[in-house]
Amino acid sequence: MLDVSVQHRVGAFTLDVDLQTASGVTAVFGPSGAGKTTLARCVAGLTRPDTGRIAVDERVVFDGDTDLPPHRRDIGYVFQEARLFPHLSVRGNLMYGAGRGTDPTDVANMLGIADLMDRRPGALSGGEAARVAIGRALLRQPKLLIMDEPLAALDARRRETVLPWLERLRGAGVPILYISHAIEEVARLADTLVLLQEGRVVRAGSLAEILSDPEAAALMGPSQAGAVLEGDVIEVADGLAAIRTPAGVLHVAGVTGGRVRIRIRAEDVIVATQEPQGLSALNTLPAVIEAVQAGQGPGVMLRLQAGDGVLLARLTRRSFDRLGLGVGQKVWAVLKTSGVARSDVGGGS
Amino acid sequence: MIELPPEAWEALRLSLKVSIVATVLSLPVAIWVAHILARGRFRGRGLLDALVHLPLVLPPVVTGYALLLLFSRSGPLGAVLEPLGLGLAFRWTGAALAAAIMGFPLIVRAIRLAFEAVDPRLEEAAATLGASPWRVWRTVTLPLAAPGVLAGATLGFAKAFGEFGATITFVASIPGETRTLPSAIYAFLQVPDGGAGLRGLVAIAVVVAVGAVLVSNWLAPRIAARVAGR
Repeated sequence: MLDVSVQHRVGAFTLDVDLQTASGVTAVFGPSGAGKTTLARCVAGLTRPDTGRIAVDERVVFDGDTDLPPHRRDIGYVFQEARLFPHLSVRGNLMYGAGRGTDPTDVANMLGIADLMDRRPGALSGGEAARVAIGRALLRQPKLLIMDEPLAALDARRRETVLPWLERLRGAGVPILYISHAIEEVARLADTLVLLQEGRVVRAGSLAEILSDPEAAALMGPSQAGAVLEGDVIEVADGLAAIRTPAGVLHVAGVTGGRVRIRIRAEDVIVATQEPQGLSALNTLPAVIEAVQAGQGPGVMLRLQAGDGVLLARLTRRSFDRLGLGVGQKVWAVLKTSGVARSDVGGGS
Repeated sequence: MIELPPEAWEALRLSLKVSIVATVLSLPVAIWVAHILARGRFRGRGLLDALVHLPLVLPPVVTGYALLLLFSRSGPLGAVLEPLGLGLAFRWTGAALAAAIMGFPLIVRAIRLAFEAVDPRLEEAAATLGASPWRVWRTVTLPLAAPGVLAGATLGFAKAFGEFGATITFVASIPGETRTLPSAIYAFLQVPDGGAGLRGLVAIAVVVAVGAVLVSNWLAPRIAARVAGR
């Protein structure tokens, strides 16, 4: 799909990236200053890399001989700020890059902006403006859609109003390069995850694989770590949904039905050596310790195999030693339902 | 209604014609020059900037004299244009050229400021939506700079309407051909009984100038609101 190999220097910072993506949503994740936006801008043709080669769908848009301007690259770009044209209506913005005779209705319905068509951008909320910007980029019918932290400018509440629409985008079939430093967004949206640090790709692979890898967790920062499970809601009672996941059945609040994706933060998993009795926590899964990763801090990251699913658990080194844990040992993983944050529950693919 | 001698009406009509033609013809050039001054990065940009501002700082009579040297029958441009019947010296078209040149720096200045205020990030967004640089300019840059274009055009028109020094030097003050309103006021001043015509023309000059500013002030916030998406 996207085949990038670029080198670019800005002052003391060097971007040196080699990356191939498949269809679906590829998230480029990394801390601020890792070079995520520079990479996105190079791909879109907004920044000219010093050297390298960029191909989209087998078509070379940049190399030693070619440097197509952005308008000839067939790449849509959703910026951090909506960047709507203030002198055009919502309809005018949506249609700006669309071919003649394109009907914006389907896209507008998918993004929930059909009622805003005649409004001016000045009269939109932040979340609405973000959705219009996404619709505008989609209607351009790009071969690749780059989304550069489209939610970063929104507060947590507004972000919640946009995320479900982004999840629907996953089904729209356009390959997406999603730039973000927010793991919750990435965990909800991505199929493939690329970790970028100091201008270099440090890990790349499927989302589930990387998020359940203690080594990658150390790279991402232990407080960000958490495995992702996908499952189907089989029953809803007392406001709790029972979800069948590869790791076992989990009970989660705030889910109504369908196929969902749950992120379980490593910090929210407690490990017990015996089956716990008399606990208020609802989710207890038998598991086997598969890998142990000791970081530089006081924490230890465990990779747990529970059924066919994988969980990450973060313990203090002291607890780890006191319980005498080790690879291959059978344990019980205890998950508080509140440990599965509502904001971390989203529709799966 | 003010009692005006016919030659005063003639001067008003001529002045309106001269300033409208001057504004309309210089506007596209001014937009182009303002854009390259605002966005262009090229050698000689400072020189172009100085050249554009020259009529603002030169004594008008010097500008008029320079035009006369260029466009008189023996001047380098006049020698070409006169035989074709397109001579400008001592014609109303010459008055329009003088008015356009004198108003040019003001128009360029206003429009340039407007171009500099257009957010380049919007132009970037337009490019990622598949718009060529020319389409970006036509559909994003220029519409967003529209309030400045209007302000520049108003200033240029008012300046052209009042232009005197360069005009009278270049095309003299021929009744019915080049005696614009300021020239006519000057001519009335030379005659002891200029009374009614003089006062009338002065009043008209004030009305046109104030009118131009009022129309511009009425339009500007409407265009600005449109552009700002409210």
